[in-house]
Amino acid sequence: MRFYEHESKALFARQGLPLGKSGLARSGDEARRIAAEIGAPVVLKSQVLSGGRMKAGAVKFADTPDAAAKAFDAILPIVVNGQRAESVLVEEKSPIAQEYYVGVTWDGRRKRPVLIFSDMGGIDIEEVAEQHPDHVSKTHVSTLLPFTPRLAKEAVGATGVTGPELNRLTPIAAALVEVFLRYDLTLAEINPLARLDDGRFVVLDGHVDMEAEAREIHRKLLEEIGIRPEETRQARPPTDFEIRGAQVDAADHRGVAGNVVEFDGNLGLVIGAGGGSLTLFDAVRQQGGRPANYCEIGGNPSVQKACELTKLVLSKPGVEKIAVMMNVVSNTRVDIVARGVVKGCVESGRDPAETIAIFRIPGSWEDEGFKILKKYGVEYCDRSVSMYEAAGKAVAKLSAGGTT
Amino acid sequence: MSILITKDTTFIVQGITGREAVSLTRENLAYGAKIVGGVTPGRAGRDVYGVPVHDCVRDITAKTRVDGSVVCVPPRFTRDAVFEAIENGVRLIVVVTERIPRREVAQMVELANLRGARIIGPNCLGIISPGEAKMGGIGGPAEDTRKAYAKGPVGVMSRSGGMTTEIANTLTAAGLGQSTAVSIGGDAIIGSTYAELMPLYEADPETKAIAIYSEPGGRMEAELAEWVAEHRSRLPIVAFMAGRFMDEMPGMRFGHAGTIVEGKADTTTDKIERLRNAGISVAERIEEIPDLIRQRLAEAV
Repeated sequence: MRFYEHESKALFARQGLPLGKSGLARSGDEARRIAAEIGAPVVLKSQVLSGGRMKAGAVKFADTPDAAAKAFDAILPIVVNGQRAESVLVEEKSPIAQEYYVGVTWDGRRKRPVLIFSDMGGIDIEEVAEQHPDHVSKTHVSTLLPFTPRLAKEAVGATGVTGPELNRLTPIAAALVEVFLRYDLTLAEINPLARLDDGRFVVLDGHVDMEAEAREIHRKLLEEIGIRPEETRQARPPTDFEIRGAQVDAADHRGVAGNVVEFDGNLGLVIGAGGGSLTLFDAVRQQGGRPANYCEIGGNPSVQKACELTKLVLSKPGVEKIAVMMNVVSNTRVDIVARGVVKGCVESGRDPAETIAIFRIPGSWEDEGFKILKKYGVEYCDRSVSMYEAAGKAVAKLSAGGTT
Repeated sequence: MSILITKDTTFIVQGITGREAVSLTRENLAYGAKIVGGVTPGRAGRDVYGVPVHDCVRDITAKTRVDGSVVCVPPRFTRDAVFEAIENGVRLIVVVTERIPRREVAQMVELANLRGARIIGPNCLGIISPGEAKMGGIGGPAEDTRKAYAKGPVGVMSRSGGMTTEIANTLTAAGLGQSTAVSIGGDAIIGSTYAELMPLYEADPETKAIAIYSEPGGRMEAELAEWVAEHRSRLPIVAFMAGRFMDEMPGMRFGHAGTIVEGKADTTTDKIERLRNAGISVAERIEEIPDLIRQRLAEAV
């Protein structure tokens, strides 16, 4: 879950990382007031969950409070990589002598956090690593042993930095590792970290990602920073359909019937489980179908949950039929899902036989499930029909109906 | 033979009185597993399908040989349960629980490495050596497990628990049984990756080929490709890559916690290229896996 720049900096401030004076503006007047309070030239930065702000023109400098208000009005409407800003960070402009990079992330192969440091900041770190490997160090950190600053010192020193810079950078890099570990982050990045003309260091731009699984653990912190529980912070904001999908899943603790993602096709999907859904979504597309949605059922959801998910998918404009498909199931019961989707069709005022293009869920309790489907005249198939073939049957029914 | 477990493997279930754990205990026993005890603090003296429940792991390890543990406790207790198993000498730990923060998984893995223990998972369905035993919810009820899994020459590794069974079922229907199938888990950090399990399959004379199920996100496939290139593995590998649609949707998480495209190396296109360059066959559809394995086995002779 990505943080906005101002939220990342609020988190950094708790760890004592050096920051410039700043304030968050939601209007031109606020920008003017903040700039006046700072009393020096400022930089205004659009708050979006994306890089590329500078390129898009969403970062501007202003020497006076009035110029700051003007810059605010110019920045706010700019869409950066599909992201619209609601606020602008107004920050004191710093005279920079040199830029550095400090980042902490997970190394999935070593299964440890890795501290990445470079004395060539301000640009893409992967590019620096490729072109100037001597200027990038990577230092792995234990999650069991207490973290002590000598690892940060070694990380900084490995790029050739010495003297007072080494001694000033070490606590900054160490603090970033501490932030990363304390708050279950998946990325903590300062780029650039600036050395000013007077020798002080200041965090110019920061980026933080928190692990979704840890949101509950850090609920109080998120509340204080102003991140609301319903904010998904995915690459795009959730649609109403997706929000209703999350409500279906949350209404009942038994099993999963959620992770709904909206697409613009005509074939509704009630599919599962995690890997099965990925496989089936691909299969529908490879067979020439146009999915109306992605979703995941699994972990043996209740009849009601499967029913509500079915109703949700059928409520989406343009959905002609649904395909109910999973991999061979072990702990989800076929009969329970069958009962749920049939009920969902009936409660939506639709004939299950007409509406369910195909039902392909083999596995536990399949005989009981198939009995229910037979009774309602729904076409089903067992494990002798592959996931790909089942997707093909569903797609064929839509085309045969001539309504695409 | 098989890897990781045989019919003689003794194991315990931590969190044995929970709903999911009760059913996996029943299913594992019915498949022939030797479950020598269960742990739920405060419930000592009870039993689950005849398996005695204890307060602590050491109450069991003090009297009995314990090769493994299935950890099936809520996320906030999982790290402690895994530490308890490791520190009491258990060497194979299957972590079923999902939604554990990465930092805690990393801590479990680090301790396991220090003590010489192996973790499978988290967020997995466990291990099965068909005809021998299973450890975890893999395959479901014993009669369903017998429908999908049969003893044979193919080692299976999968980031998806459900797809482990789908692939095994496809192999079984085509007359290809499995030596051991491992649901390795869907998280970004897991105890045992494809490359880390390869040496075990490599050393198992009954395993003749490998089938893997893979997804976007992470570097596990790149790691496997490098391992295969470096070790000149005797085992032909056939991979299936799901989630190809995700290449067009960076930043969106689908399926499992570890399944997200954040950079080029996370995409299925990039992974498929790496796997193919290492000589791994990539199936376009699940049903192609058995034929591809037969082809590769025929070439090897």
